[in-house]
Amino acid sequence: MVQLTINNIKVNAEEGMTILDAAKSVGIHVPTLCHLKNLTPTGACRICVVEVEGQRGLIPSCAYPVYEGMVVETNSPRVRKARKTIVELLVENHPQDCLVCVRNKNCELQDLSEQYGVREHRYKGETKKHAIDVSSSALERDPAKCILCGRCVRVCNEVQKVGAIDFTKRGFSSIVTTPYNKGINVSDCILCGQCILVCPTAALREKSALKEVAYALNDKSKFTVAQVAPAVRASLGEEYNFPVGTNVTGQLVTGLKRLGFDRVFDTNFAADLTIMEEGTELVDRIKNKKKLPMFTSCCPGWIKYIEQNRPQMLEHISTCKSPHEMLGAVTKTYYAKKMGLDPKDIFVVSIMPCTVKKFESDRSELNEALRQDVDAVLTTRELVRYFKMAGIDFSDLPEDKFDNPLGESTGAAAIFGTSGGVMEAALRTAYHILTGSELEKLEFEDIRGLQGIKETSVKIGDLELNIAVVNGIGNVAPILDEIQKGESKYDFIEVMSCPGGCINGGGQPIHNKPEKVQKRIKVLYEIDSQMVCRKSHENDAVKTIYKEFFKEPNSHKAHEILHTTYTDRKELLKNSVG
Amino acid sequence: MHSHIFSNYPPKDKSNLISLLQEVQNIYGYLPESALMDISEFLDMPLSRIYGVATFYNQFRLKPLGKNIIRVCRGTACHVKGSANLLFALETALNCKAGETTRDKNFTLEVVACIGACSIAPVIVVNDDYYGRATVKDIPKILKKYTASEVDTEKIEEQTTSEQ
Repeated sequence: MVQLTINNIKVNAEEGMTILDAAKSVGIHVPTLCHLKNLTPTGACRICVVEVEGQRGLIPSCAYPVYEGMVVETNSPRVRKARKTIVELLVENHPQDCLVCVRNKNCELQDLSEQYGVREHRYKGETKKHAIDVSSSALERDPAKCILCGRCVRVCNEVQKVGAIDFTKRGFSSIVTTPYNKGINVSDCILCGQCILVCPTAALREKSALKEVAYALNDKSKFTVAQVAPAVRASLGEEYNFPVGTNVTGQLVTGLKRLGFDRVFDTNFAADLTIMEEGTELVDRIKNKKKLPMFTSCCPGWIKYIEQNRPQMLEHISTCKSPHEMLGAVTKTYYAKKMGLDPKDIFVVSIMPCTVKKFESDRSELNEALRQDVDAVLTTRELVRYFKMAGIDFSDLPEDKFDNPLGESTGAAAIFGTSGGVMEAALRTAYHILTGSELEKLEFEDIRGLQGIKETSVKIGDLELNIAVVNGIGNVAPILDEIQKGESKYDFIEVMSCPGGCINGGGQPIHNKPEKVQKRIKVLYEIDSQMVCRKSHENDAVKTIYKEFFKEPNSHKAHEILHTTYTDRKELLKNSVG
Repeated sequence: MHSHIFSNYPPKDKSNLISLLQEVQNIYGYLPESALMDISEFLDMPLSRIYGVATFYNQFRLKPLGKNIIRVCRGTACHVKGSANLLFALETALNCKAGETTRDKNFTLEVVACIGACSIAPVIVVNDDYYGRATVKDIPKILKKYTASEVDTEKIEEQTTSEQ
């Protein structure tokens, strides 16, 4: 233990703790910009500077460890003046377009400017000019708005271990960008959007599909269908000042209907369908000694990762489409037939916590006969913008239910939105397929939670299944290495790109508080535990669709409509060398 | 592809990045994109990080050099003597900016801080030839020396030697 004084308050801190954390432990707030909890401190932005007795210059508190007898002042006039100057300099080299900016009122630079009373432009000078990178179908990069805090670089390199972007050049020309400043679509980026969640400004943002969606909703010849991913209902309330961890499913459905969608379906229905297909595929792979371990295929960021980095392993991936693509496909085949609709007139919009789903919906593998399974993808954030534009306020909205039959779901589907959920849902059904009986305990505590890699083994009859759950794409490489060396013991592996799963996806409301993720996850487990039906094979609508349409899981027709293929993108990227 | 360079280095040892970049540049005169991709694979390091390092240090170049290198001194003495005009005239004549190479790859135009020849400011250096007290008017003549056909070049060389 180390004793120090911060603003005349005696503080007991642990050895090695930073001044910033020590101050926080006694409720003293020090502003930060480049700081990210648990990642390498860089001290790049200097906004967290404090005065330390005996030290000549100001000290960046995020990167400086405490020592015995240290006397710190976090709010002296000298400190405030320095911080204000830093903010003024950042603001001067930043496009002054807050009024038309997508992050208006949700921008850390704006907040600091207000907090430190910046009221005039004192440092007029040359400002950086960079083109906006609109090359990808999911992410936009606007380096002119970048304040070079490097949070995106650290998340991409240290958490996701993708390393698509980094600092390049130096001095005034410094820019965070992809190799050769080429478009993000030809970089190693998997479009997970974790960089958006940590960006303090609008330098990183999703590519908006609002215009397309609004156009379709106004087109009377279109039959518009919305579907909502499980994670969205657990986070959207935050944007309407509901306490974190409020389930707003009912309001969400009403809101979407009021926007003018002809039908509001639940991606959870397709999650149950996915489990039927994926569970059957797993059993088939085990029984017929095909390629194992099998990986889940729900996460398009993970798919893009393996296509770009280890295309030789694509055979390990389940061929199932992701749930929202399945729902799109089912809507345009089964439902269209049932209702006598022309699939060409149906416009399916997926509301997703995810940015890479935008890329996924454009994949040529998922556009059968010039018909897209899903026509547009909106992130949770975009939907909130649309709701606000349409004057829909959640605080006084009645609740409604999803439309049937593609709105019916089980508890197993709800937990798809969190890391370990797909696996848990799959195990509940795989057990049934293999033994004909039901699990006594449905909860698999070993694979819940936020650890990087979770594992368990399940005894099903005389079969011992070894399971792993990879939480965050940054943890997947060692598992892939093991498999390539032939040393892997696993049979079935779930991978989700975003730490925590979809609940912390790149399209979710921007927060910066890790504890929020836990509360959102709780919502999904609560939905599951309160359901009567908690196993995908018990979903009546799913049973009906097999009876009326697919006959059985993995049937020829199911393969045509619910399964897909993958592409070697390593070659594609290499060929982009110009 | 560049395995002959890598053979002296242990794989995945990221601390060798700069040495590797230097070796590649010694061979090619610049850092080709394909070489950076190979280094990325060899060191198991993101291409973005390698590109970041290569663009951070002035010693590395990402484009091939021209046949002739023109350096314009922008040190204090040369600046006072109007080297900004020389640079502007060269950029206009060559249709390329400082730090770039002409499209025909005949010239690379560079700017240097001080060349140590302040007594004859402003100075332009082409390859190893120094041109002191240079004026904007001299520029076409100087450039011509390095653009003329081989026969012409020889003649000019003869002339300059006889003049000396």
